[in-house]
Amino acid sequence: MSGTILTLFNGLSLGSILLLIALGLAVTFGLMKVINMAHGELIMIGAYVTYVIQSLFLKYVPESFFDLYFLLSIPIAFLIAAGFGILLEVSLIRFLYKRPLDSLLATYGVGLMLQQLARSIFGAPNVGVQSPGFLNGGLTIGNLVLPYSRIFILSLSILCLVAIFLYFYRTANGRRVRAVMQNRQMAECLGVQTRRVDLGTFAIGSGFAGIAGCALTLLGPIGPTIGTYYIIDAFMVVVVGGVGALIGAVVGAFGIGFFNTIFEFFTSATIGKVLVFMLIIAFLQWRPSGLVSSRSRALDE
Amino acid sequence: MKVKPFYLFLLMVAFTTIIAACSGGNGASTPEEGSSGSTEGTSGSDDEDVIEVGILHSLSGTMAISETSVHDAELLAINEINANGGVLGKQIKPVIEDGASDWPTFAEKAKKLLQQDKVAAIFGGWTSASRKAMLPVVEESNGLLWYPVQYEGMESSPNIFYTGAAPNQQIVPAVDWLLENRGTKFYLLGSDYVFPRTANAAIKAQLEDAGADLVGEEYTPLGHTDYNTVIAKIKSEKPDVIFNTLNGDSNVAFFKQLKDAGITSEDITVLSVSVAEEEVRGIGADVIAGHLTSWNYYQTTETPENSEFVEAYKAAYGEDRVTADPIEAGYFGVYLWAAAVEKAGTTDVDAVKEAAKELEFQAPGGLVKVDGENQHVYKTVRIGEVQGDGQIKELWNSGEPVKPDPFLKGFDWASGLAESLGQ
Repeated sequence: MSGTILTLFNGLSLGSILLLIALGLAVTFGLMKVINMAHGELIMIGAYVTYVIQSLFLKYVPESFFDLYFLLSIPIAFLIAAGFGILLEVSLIRFLYKRPLDSLLATYGVGLMLQQLARSIFGAPNVGVQSPGFLNGGLTIGNLVLPYSRIFILSLSILCLVAIFLYFYRTANGRRVRAVMQNRQMAECLGVQTRRVDLGTFAIGSGFAGIAGCALTLLGPIGPTIGTYYIIDAFMVVVVGGVGALIGAVVGAFGIGFFNTIFEFFTSATIGKVLVFMLIIAFLQWRPSGLVSSRSRALDE
Repeated sequence: MKVKPFYLFLLMVAFTTIIAACSGGNGASTPEEGSSGSTEGTSGSDDEDVIEVGILHSLSGTMAISETSVHDAELLAINEINANGGVLGKQIKPVIEDGASDWPTFAEKAKKLLQQDKVAAIFGGWTSASRKAMLPVVEESNGLLWYPVQYEGMESSPNIFYTGAAPNQQIVPAVDWLLENRGTKFYLLGSDYVFPRTANAAIKAQLEDAGADLVGEEYTPLGHTDYNTVIAKIKSEKPDVIFNTLNGDSNVAFFKQLKDAGITSEDITVLSVSVAEEEVRGIGADVIAGHLTSWNYYQTTETPENSEFVEAYKAAYGEDRVTADPIEAGYFGVYLWAAAVEKAGTTDVDAVKEAAKELEFQAPGGLVKVDGENQHVYKTVRIGEVQGDGQIKELWNSGEPVKPDPFLKGFDWASGLAESLGQ
């Protein structure tokens, strides 16, 4: 019984991690159709921001406030990753909106540059981040231990999801974004500044990658190449979920999370991954455009 | 619309300047790096005052995390030897190439170093895949490769000197020690490639011979980052010991998540063979403290040579750097080669190989001696426990350098293993 609950929790936890890393991509790839291969490196930037803030806290802030560094680094990671997103959009992506294959190659190159930049600044070896005290240990129910860090990531990804949903579906800016993504010319005719919308949307997507990087410091390594571990999973979630709707990414993330955990539990990590990929291929045969596909009356679709 | 290309141009210039400035800073710390490209083929072997050697590690890609430090240590040894007058009265000049974590690139660069630069020896490699890629190249050109990392054994090339541990100098004594001190229920966890699978095949034979229990065996892809399910399996099997052959970044994820799951080193001891001081920093000392490692050298190893080595390494590359087993093996490999060249009076490969037989050297980790037969080295085995400050405290050592036995010929339980694994 407790084994079943643990497997369910593990599936939920893996799903929430996948959701968090894919949320930014669901915006930049899902809504804007930009194949941003540097998304993983934006996650890396978020992780390094957390490391830098932790180091600053160790140096300048009294020890009793140390745990606060983590709460502070979430918004800062968002802002800095969004800043890199703006730089990337202004210097490169805006010239490639109509050329997805070129943007794939160009952003891959940007990803390599960012990796090398991190290596030059922080050195090639991994750096360590000490988790805040309040996330050590876990919730004990009977003989089950549910780690606080995983519960925290689960809550964080739900919080991010709610924030992104409110922004896109309940604010004037969000409405403009959706209008531009659905029918650019029509939106332009109605006086929406599509350039500014593009820039803002890309920055938001990048910012969420920064938050994901911040959260991942609790679970995984922090080094120049960590982006490469997550980029495939992130694209997988968005492709399965369906390009164009956030809810698709949610279902995709938790679906992949559960299946991966269950397969891995009964076989091994390698075979589990193979089975998940086979399932995804079969699924995409059935629904080539993913779980949820948005329909549009725009002429260029 | 019209100004756009101009802005783009400005940004590109700014960006490339930043990148150039960064890589320029990098080059300054290792001045030899810049010269390698420009002197290719021109000053090669006809230069009378220098002896060129190749340094071939991954300076980019996933393996750069580990290999950059070994590359640094080898340069340090070369600089020290040069400062003391060089070899045969000549200065050693390193030719640096980047293997880029890509095995065909290792073969290609090794070929370039041997045939175009005509280097006297190559110091390089980390993963078994990179060594296996370079092996046919050095054998074909009758070159010399000094390989500094512990590995799975079952190999002995006449053109390679292995300065890292053979299995009987790391894995076999670690299993023996664990059986004696920590319990008999073993769980084997490793990354899914040649080293863990070969090492675990040997461990299984050894456990069977000792009558111990193997309660689980699990492999995860390289770069795997979610260990929740593996940890759930470990919990249900309740082993005394996890023998960990995970490599690279997966170790960070595994140890962090193990701690989060509430498993401490008192519940289950994890012994790792690919986690040294450098990796401990990336994992976080508080996360891995109390768990064990098996190596031939620690930064805390108490020899006069080691305090000098640690001091010189920190002086050259920064106070915050740490030394570790492969770093030390790369460092003394250069010294062993230099001593062999001095003894032979030439850099000719066959003469150097002959001279290197039974050669001894006081390395930072204690006395090492080249085995004339299999070209591995005698080394002292040390089991250590990770401390809260990130250093590793020695719990046990073998007392004297252990004779290398890459094919495990000295163990009855391993008979047949070499045939089935050694291709």
